[in-house]
Amino acid sequence: MKLASKDVLGIKELSVDEINLILDTAESFIEVSTREIKKVPTLRGKTLVTLFYEPSTRTRTSFEIAAKRLSADTVSISATTSSVIKGETLIDTARNLEAMNPDIIAIRHSAAGAPHMLSKLIKQSIINAGDGAHEHPTQALLDMMTIKEKKGGIAGLKVAIIGDIAHSRVARSNIYGLTKMGADVTVAGPVTMIPRDIDKMGVTVHYRLEEAIKNADIIMMLRIQLERQGDSIFPSLREYSNYYCLNAQNIKLAKDDVLVMHPGPINRGVEIAPDIADGPYSVILEQVTNGVAVRMALLYLLAGGK
Amino acid sequence: MMNILLKGGRVVDPSQNIDEEIDLLIKEGKIAQIGKDIDKNTIADSAPQTLNLEGKIVVPGLIDMHTHLREPGFEYKETIQTGCQAAVAGGFTSIACMPNTNPINDNRSVTELIHRQAKRYNLANVYPIAAISRGSEGITLTEFGDLKDAGAVAFSDDGKPVMNSALMRRALEYAFSLDIPIISHCEDTTLSAGGLMNEGFVSTELGLQGIPNIAEDIMVARDIAIADYTNTPVHIAHVSTAGSVRLIRAAKERGIKVTAETAPHYFSLTDETLNKYDTCAKVYPPLRSADDVTAIKEGLSDGTIDAIASDHAPHSSIEKEVEFEYASSGMIGLETSLSLSLKLVAEGILTLNQLILKMSTNPAGILRIPKGTLKIGSDADITVIDTEREWTVDINTFRSKSKNSPFNGWKLKGMAVLTIMGGEIKYSV
Ligand SMILES: [Zn+2]
Ligand SMILES: [Zn+2]
Repeated sequence: MKLASKDVLGIKELSVDEINLILDTAESFIEVSTREIKKVPTLRGKTLVTLFYEPSTRTRTSFEIAAKRLSADTVSISATTSSVIKGETLIDTARNLEAMNPDIIAIRHSAAGAPHMLSKLIKQSIINAGDGAHEHPTQALLDMMTIKEKKGGIAGLKVAIIGDIAHSRVARSNIYGLTKMGADVTVAGPVTMIPRDIDKMGVTVHYRLEEAIKNADIIMMLRIQLERQGDSIFPSLREYSNYYCLNAQNIKLAKDDVLVMHPGPINRGVEIAPDIADGPYSVILEQVTNGVAVRMALLYLLAGGK
Repeated sequence: MMNILLKGGRVVDPSQNIDEEIDLLIKEGKIAQIGKDIDKNTIADSAPQTLNLEGKIVVPGLIDMHTHLREPGFEYKETIQTGCQAAVAGGFTSIACMPNTNPINDNRSVTELIHRQAKRYNLANVYPIAAISRGSEGITLTEFGDLKDAGAVAFSDDGKPVMNSALMRRALEYAFSLDIPIISHCEDTTLSAGGLMNEGFVSTELGLQGIPNIAEDIMVARDIAIADYTNTPVHIAHVSTAGSVRLIRAAKERGIKVTAETAPHYFSLTDETLNKYDTCAKVYPPLRSADDVTAIKEGLSDGTIDAIASDHAPHSSIEKEVEFEYASSGMIGLETSLSLSLKLVAEGILTLNQLILKMSTNPAGILRIPKGTLKIGSDADITVIDTEREWTVDINTFRSKSKNSPFNGWKLKGMAVLTIMGGEIKYSV
């Protein structure tokens, strides 16, 4: 089986079979990362470009390590969003990149839809490494992989996603993925962080953390963007953490074997209490490990089959 | 000047309650005669050019009361010449152009320049709309009297709302004393700031910041309140929400002097159009939900919305072939407006008579210009429509300099086949 599209722009476009294919392929790559020589020749001669308009050391590094373990070459291009307010730059960059003929481009951009625009412009495979508040498909895939690994499956699980849903691409991709895979998804946050009509995406909406995490199998905490305080979507960090910080008390409402996830980096003490972030429920570091495997799987499926 | 005899067409003129197959004679640029079986041999002087229009509709020249011409300042997007070419190709003999040029039309010299250029190309009548406030900054009123004398037909800070309610009150009062309309772009910028599209399920899915309906509704309510209090008229531009329609309907029932227009995209498209981040469909106000589209159609049907205007807003590929967030707002409309509006007739939402009322007679009345009629003695501005003719929208054939239309590729039925301005044929197919 192959992926239907040349690109991975979002989880919305992926079928259940495709998600399973990616997760199974990723699982088979876990082993490569545990070898003494962590390298297979699968993608020798292939080139991955990471095109990041927004800094993210961890996502970029994860893509680069994934490529290198498959023996692909990597080139990284950084641009600041301030230099691209004139959007010709993305078209120009796309044309230039195309002329250099890489195999895959992983793009991170602060503008939602930028990877979609790029995919229409050039023939190479595009992986969306996060676009604005839209999607972050590799993050959702690594989250699903982690859940599957720990729980044996996804269908029927109760997942609570807590925080700024409105501005979170991680939340959107996970909502698409988890609901497709049969999980029961609840989101929670202050109303100012819950986007309109989100229930039409197949999720239950709560406005209190406690209600959302009751009997949860998985709690996914989102990162609070501290700079949003000025937008009046929450009055203060103190107020936010009083009501929405996952701590040793409220976590008791969840199942005993609940998993705590976070896409990182964590604001310790704001969205998760330190003892929870580093405690036994936390699978935050496994998520990072699986990130490499998922990205290896995507590179392999997009460039390897040819 | 050639005299023209239009024979056998179905003449629809709401200003005279005419809807029948009759002939129409144009003499020296004016409408000279209208009636059954005008015989060209009975016409004393030079024999007129005779056009057989059987099966076609003959209407007063269409008027687009909301067009953006980009001259002066942004001639790479559109000029007065290319805008007028697009206008006559779309069946419009008159267009009113918004002041957000560079420099802004807030002084006599820009108004005069627009008139001069329009005269030079002599394709369509161009009526400049001047700014309400200097630089459209919403702080100080422009010199309404001087601008009116220079040929401005209305005032608007279109593109921006007048956020300051006291200034809006003064504008309505002062314009009233000069009998010139104020056209309001209704948007509360504290609610729309940062917004890229309609706020709703689609914006939630796409992760794009939304513009709520209330950003428009609140300003419509405010302007109605000011018009009521000051007993002066106000015209609401590009109505896009169900809430605005309700407010305007209720205001009219109470006798408040409010008129309103909408644009074809607000009854032809929903925010679903944006699901592939199509920057051509990015407009202000944004494309709304299916419920809003239904309400707009009801508003057109029951007379709440008086006019259909294109809000023709040309932008070049430099502004549109970019990330959605950075793309300029606006779409062109002059060459698709009539065909999209004819769909309302096909769907039974409007009669042909009502459509012509909204695309010619009413805009003339709102702008107080001597157009929108086929009365004997008036300027021979005439549009001939073939309601049966099918065509496919192809932006590459457009006269407009810009190509930003989300309707490219649409199959439409009905179009203008002949446009006559001042007794001269300006466009025909
Ligand atoms: Zn406007
Ligand atoms: Zn406008």
